Amino acid sequence: MTQVQRSPKTSDVCVIGSGAGGGMAAKILTEGGLSVVLLEAGPPVHPEKDFKMFMWPYDLPHRGVGVGGKAAENFGEFLAPNGAWKIEGEPYISAPGTNFQWFRSRIVGGRTNHWGRIALRFAPVDFKSRTRDGIGEDWPITYEDLSPYYDKVESYIGVFGTNENVPSAPDGVFLPPPKPRCSEVLIKKACDKLNITCIPARLAVLTKPINGRPPCHYCGQCGRGCVTASNFSSSQVLIPPAMQTGRLTMVTGAMAREILVGPDGKATGVSYIDKATKTERRVSARAVVVAASACESARLLLNSKSNLFPDGLANSSGQVGRNLTDSVGSGGWGYVPQMEKMPPHNHDGTGGMHMYIPWWKYDRKNDFPRGYHIEFGGGREMPGAGMFDDVLEESEGYGVELKRTCRKQYGTGIGFAGRGEMVPNPDTYCEIDPTIVDQYGIPVLKFHFKWSEYEIRQAKDMQETFKAIIEAMGGEYKTKTDIDGPYAFGIEAGGKIIHEVGTARMGADPKTSVLNSYCQAHDVKNLFVTDGAPLVTNPDKNPTLTIMALSWRASDYLLSEAKKGNI
Amino acid sequence: MGISRRDVLKNLAIGAAAGSVLQVIPAEAAALARQMVQKEKAASPAGKYTPKYYLPHQYETLVFLCDTIIPKDEKSGGAVEAGAPEFIDLLTSENEEFQLMFGGGMMWLDSFCKDRYEKTFLESTPAQQKEVLDLIAYRRNAKSDPTLRQGVAFFARLRAMTCDSFYTSKIGIADLQYIGNTALAEFPGCPPVPES
Repeated sequence: MTQVQRSPKTSDVCVIGSGAGGGMAAKILTEGGLSVVLLEAGPPVHPEKDFKMFMWPYDLPHRGVGVGGKAAENFGEFLAPNGAWKIEGEPYISAPGTNFQWFRSRIVGGRTNHWGRIALRFAPVDFKSRTRDGIGEDWPITYEDLSPYYDKVESYIGVFGTNENVPSAPDGVFLPPPKPRCSEVLIKKACDKLNITCIPARLAVLTKPINGRPPCHYCGQCGRGCVTASNFSSSQVLIPPAMQTGRLTMVTGAMAREILVGPDGKATGVSYIDKATKTERRVSARAVVVAASACESARLLLNSKSNLFPDGLANSSGQVGRNLTDSVGSGGWGYVPQMEKMPPHNHDGTGGMHMYIPWWKYDRKNDFPRGYHIEFGGGREMPGAGMFDDVLEESEGYGVELKRTCRKQYGTGIGFAGRGEMVPNPDTYCEIDPTIVDQYGIPVLKFHFKWSEYEIRQAKDMQETFKAIIEAMGGEYKTKTDIDGPYAFGIEAGGKIIHEVGTARMGADPKTSVLNSYCQAHDVKNLFVTDGAPLVTNPDKNPTLTIMALSWRASDYLLSEAKKGNI
Repeated sequence: MGISRRDVLKNLAIGAAAGSVLQVIPAEAAALARQMVQKEKAASPAGKYTPKYYLPHQYETLVFLCDTIIPKDEKSGGAVEAGAPEFIDLLTSENEEFQLMFGGGMMWLDSFCKDRYEKTFLESTPAQQKEVLDLIAYRRNAKSDPTLRQGVAFFARLRAMTCDSFYTSKIGIADLQYIGNTALAEFPGCPPVPES
C-alpha cells in the first residue's frame, strides 16, 4: 500500500506557480528571509538548450509548423516551451454554446518565457471605474497605493518607454526606447493627421544593461525566449535571485491538487501530484501563496473543499471563478503601397512593437464604456509559414508571376491588434465540471463565456479606427468582419488574448470579494493569491506588470505580517 | 552511429506529440535531424528521395506541381530546390487531413485528366496540363463551374503549402531579401522613407 509522502520539513511559505506572480513572490519572500517551497506543474527550463534564438525556419524539419503542421495553432514550434491551447491529459470544458480558449504553459517561468513583454501600468481611473461610470466594482486600492511597486518592478525588470503625460497611460521608470521601424514611422504620421495619440511602446526588453543582463541584440524574436535574458522572464530574472538566497526549494513536475487546511481554518500545506510517478505528495507550510494563473488558481481553490469550506477554500463570497474577463481583441490589416518602396533593411528590432496607440478617447463620450489600446506591426519580418496566406487569397494562379507578386508584397502589410477592457458579467465564469477529471484525477474547469454589447461596440470602434489609419496612410484596408454573430467585428473568442483575470477578485467587502487589498484571503489569513485572479477590472493594459506589482506588494505585506507573528 | 534519419524523425514526432518533458522539439534534436537530412540528401543522387507517404507516381505529380507553382526564375531557384516536395511529404505522412486533401486531390486531378484527355495529369501534354492548371488555379472558375470545386480547393491548399516551404527555405528567404535574425549592437531604425 502506498502512503502519501510528506515532506518532513515545514517551509515558511508554499508558492504555487513560477510565472510572473509566483516568481515575484518567491523572490521577495526568500530575500526577506523566509523559506519557500515553490511548486511548478511543468519541468525546468534550460534557455541555452530550449530557446530557439537565431534559428532559421529551415533549421527545423517542420519549418516551424510542427509535426503534421499542428504546432501552427500554438504560435508555431519556435515559441518558447511549453505553451499550448490544449494539453494532453489535462482537458477543460466550454459550456454548450460558449467558447473559451485557455492557454497554459507548464514550465518554470510559465507564460513569461514567451509573453509579448508589453508592460503597461493601469491608470488611476482604472482603479475607480465604478465611481466613474457606475459599472462593475472599484478596486479597494488606488493608483497611489500601487505606484511605488510599479516603480520597483520597472526598475528591476527593465522596461523601455517614454514619459508622455497621457492620463490613460501613466508614465513610469523607463529605459530609452528603440528607434521606430518604417511601418511605425508611417503609422505615427497617419495618427498625427487623425489626432490619434501614438507614442513609444513600453516593453520589458532591455535597451541598457541591468543587473548583469546585457541589452537587447535586436533579433526581433522575444517570443522564442531569450538566451541572454535581455527581455524579462520569471525563469531568468526572478527565480535565480530567489535560488541564490539558499532559501528556495523548487519542486518541478508538481501539479497542485488541494490546499490543506487545519482545524483552525488556516492553510497547513499543499497536496500535489508528482507527475513523474503519478503519486500524491504533501508539503507543509505556514502560509500558502497561490499563483498558478487566474483560472488554475480558481480551480485549485474550488477543488480545496473541506467541512470547514464546503464550497471551496476562501469562497464564502461565492466569487471564486466569477468575474472572469479576457481582453477584448480584434485585429485587421491593410496593404500600404509606400512600404513597397522601402529598400531591403534590417527591420527586426525588439520582439513586438516599438510604438503603440494608448487609449486616446478617454475624454469624450463613446458608445461603450472603458477603452482600448492598439498594437501594430508590419514590414520586412522574418519570413515564416503562413506569411503569404492573405496575398494568396487575392493573387491566385501559379508560376513566375505568383513568385513576383509575393516578392513585391513582402513587407507591405501593416497589421493592427486592438486590446480593450471587458466588463465582468454574470454569464462569464469558470466552475468545476461535475464529472470530468484530468489524468491526475483532479476535477477540471468548465468555462462559461459571453461578450456583452459593450465589448462588441468596442470591437466595432477598433475596426473603424484601423481602417481610418490605413486609409490615412494611402493604403487599402483588407480585413472584412461580420457585423453580427459570435465574432462580430472580428472580436476574438474569450481567452484568445491570454489576459484572463478576475477569478478571485480583491475588495473591501468579504461578501462580494475573495481577497483583501493585500491579496490575502478574507476567509483564510495565511492564504494569498498573487496572479491575475485578484484583478478587479481588466483595463486595456496587458496585466503582467500589474500582476508583478500586486505580487510584490502582497509579498511585502506577508513579510511584515510574518515578522509580527500574524501569519 | 546506427541511428537512421527515419528513427530521428520518428522520435521527434513522438517527443513532440506526447511523453516528452518539453512539448516542443528541443533545438539540439532539431539540429541533429537537419544534419541527417542534409547528409542523406548529399549522399543520394537527385531524385532518389524515398517518399514517406506518397506513392511514386503521386510524388512525381507533387514535384511537378511544386515546380509549377514556384519555378526557378532569374532571381532564385524554385520550390523543388527549396525542398517543398519533401516538406509536404513529411507533413502529409503525419496528418490525415493532408492525406485526404493532397493525396485525394492528386487522385482527383488524375481522374479529371482521364475524363478529359484519357491520360493521367503527368501523361497529358504540356498544353493540356496548362489548360487544367488554369482551370483549378483560380477560385472564380469554381463559381462558374461547380465541378471544379474540389480541384480548386486542392490547388489553393497546395499553393499555400508550397509557398510556405519555399519562403521558409534558405533560397526563399534570400529571394525576399530579408536581412535580419542576427545580433546588432544598436537598432538602426527605418532608413529614409521615400516620398510617395
